[in-house]
Amino acid sequence: MSTQTVAQPRTWRARLGASERVGTSGQRPSAASRILLWLGVVLTILFCLFPFYWMINTSLKTGGELSTGHVFPHHPSLDNYTSIFKNSDFTTALRTSAIVAGGSTLIALTIGSFAAYALARLRFKFKFLILALILSTTTFPPIAIAAPLFKIWTSGLFGIRLYNTYLGLILPFLTFILPLTIYILTSFFQEIPKDLEEAALVDGATRFQAFRKIVIPLAAPGLVTAGLLAFIFAWNEFLLSITLTSSANRRPVSAAIAFFTGSQQFQIPLGTIAAATVTITVPLIVLVIIFQKRIVAGLTAGAVKG
Amino acid sequence: MSAAQATVAARPRRRRSEISERRLAAYLVSPSLIVIALVAAYPICYAIWLSLHQYSLIHPGLSRWVGLDNFRDAITSSAFWSSVKITFIFTAISVTLELVIGLAMALLMHAAFRGRSVLRAVVLVPWAVLTVGTAMMWKTIFDADLGFANQVLQALHLPGGHTVWLGQNGYAMAVMIFADVWKTAPFMALLLLAGLQVIPDDVYEAAKVDGATVWQRFVSITLPLLRPAILVALIFRTLDALRIFDLPFVLTQGSNGTTTLSLYAYQQLTQNRLIGPGSSLAVLTFIIVMAVSFLYIRLVGGNIRALAEDT
Repeated sequence: MSTQTVAQPRTWRARLGASERVGTSGQRPSAASRILLWLGVVLTILFCLFPFYWMINTSLKTGGELSTGHVFPHHPSLDNYTSIFKNSDFTTALRTSAIVAGGSTLIALTIGSFAAYALARLRFKFKFLILALILSTTTFPPIAIAAPLFKIWTSGLFGIRLYNTYLGLILPFLTFILPLTIYILTSFFQEIPKDLEEAALVDGATRFQAFRKIVIPLAAPGLVTAGLLAFIFAWNEFLLSITLTSSANRRPVSAAIAFFTGSQQFQIPLGTIAAATVTITVPLIVLVIIFQKRIVAGLTAGAVKG
Repeated sequence: MSAAQATVAARPRRRRSEISERRLAAYLVSPSLIVIALVAAYPICYAIWLSLHQYSLIHPGLSRWVGLDNFRDAITSSAFWSSVKITFIFTAISVTLELVIGLAMALLMHAAFRGRSVLRAVVLVPWAVLTVGTAMMWKTIFDADLGFANQVLQALHLPGGHTVWLGQNGYAMAVMIFADVWKTAPFMALLLLAGLQVIPDDVYEAAKVDGATVWQRFVSITLPLLRPAILVALIFRTLDALRIFDLPFVLTQGSNGTTTLSLYAYQQLTQNRLIGPGSSLAVLTFIIVMAVSFLYIRLVGGNIRALAEDT
């Protein structure tokens, strides 16, 4: 400890001569670092946006122009978009995704907020064990549950065949979005001061009333964060979506787009694939940009899954 | 005396409220536990059971207990080890690149300049693109005939303008890594940015006063203090990369050296309908991921415990 404190000033002083020289030479280093900074900013923006811009660009090209490297379409046309929206497989898949991702998010928020409240507020045994168990399911590889679920769903669970149904996708999606929701909501509930709730309890409210009338409204931002992330993860899911569905009318967009062949046969459907990719992504990008702060808070506070 | 009486009097009441609190907790937690038992725990156990059986292709429904034969066949096959190798190479390279690029992006977003909130929104765009969409996008860009990559190379008269990117070993892996880095480096950057934001400014000020250079400040302040955030980010990304499925499925269908563990198990299960051997592969994938997440519990388990005890 003492050797360190003695040694450190010596090394800093040794460097001091050099840095003083830089310091006295005015604003030069700061200008250089400014340039470096803006170079980094431009590179990051290009890296993040250009590929997606290229997709939009491709989606607006048709025919021979698709094989050109034009950085913007010379003959922009929405033909690719009209063609995918005429394709009933695609529009059905959009609806399926909305139902399945929305349904699983609502269930996860409902039962997840119950569990998160208990974990954040109540005293009970095995709390750490229960939380660890719930969180450990986020590490399950989907492939490990895909085959058994396929067998269980096709042969029927309690006499109900869940294969190729909405519920058959909603339930397994909960394996990864429920732990995420519980983790985010638990940390949000912990940040809500206990006083309000305790005041309500003293006034004769039941625990459940305190939860419903006081905690839930205060935790609304947390619910939005958890709901958005859950919805995005469910919208993204792919492996279970292709394993547990068999027909186009129950296939979510992630699965539909992988099997997308476009309207014309014997032609690389580059334009339509691009249009479909843009169509299913733009709503998410809009959501993410509107709720930027919430999402970053959820990703970094929870950071359960990438 | 009176205090002792008070505690004696209070005890039964407190116990009753403790019991009711426990009962309420049980009611509140059980729906989640039931769902997880139904769609995670039970299927995993069933997968293990399936992996210990051999299924007849000719008579569906007929199964025979074969013990660990499927596992023995798996770990003695070259296809399994090849998929393990591919998965680990993919994980090592993509996670390393994501860490380096993510850290650079995080430092950039942390720097004070006007419009950095715009940069933070921009960085979220790749994260918001569907994984399957990402794969489709890069498949289009690296298309041998119509792809943008080759068009640029040709326009600049650079060699390799006719590369069949997804049709060759090595190149196909490179495209897959590139696509993954594009999509997830920004996510890494956001995790690291959160870590950067909790480092107090006065530490840097003190070092500046002492004359530490930018590089010295980065190595002796930023990196050590960022270690927990780096660790968390690395582990999340590693667990995800080990399970990678969507990218190779869409990009190459696993051809040209891109058959990852999950994809190999999927092919055995669905295309070849080898339920027993395929399940053993899925279980092996599960064991590998669990072994890595055990490391995760060891390293960041303290955080979970803190969350559980912070009541």
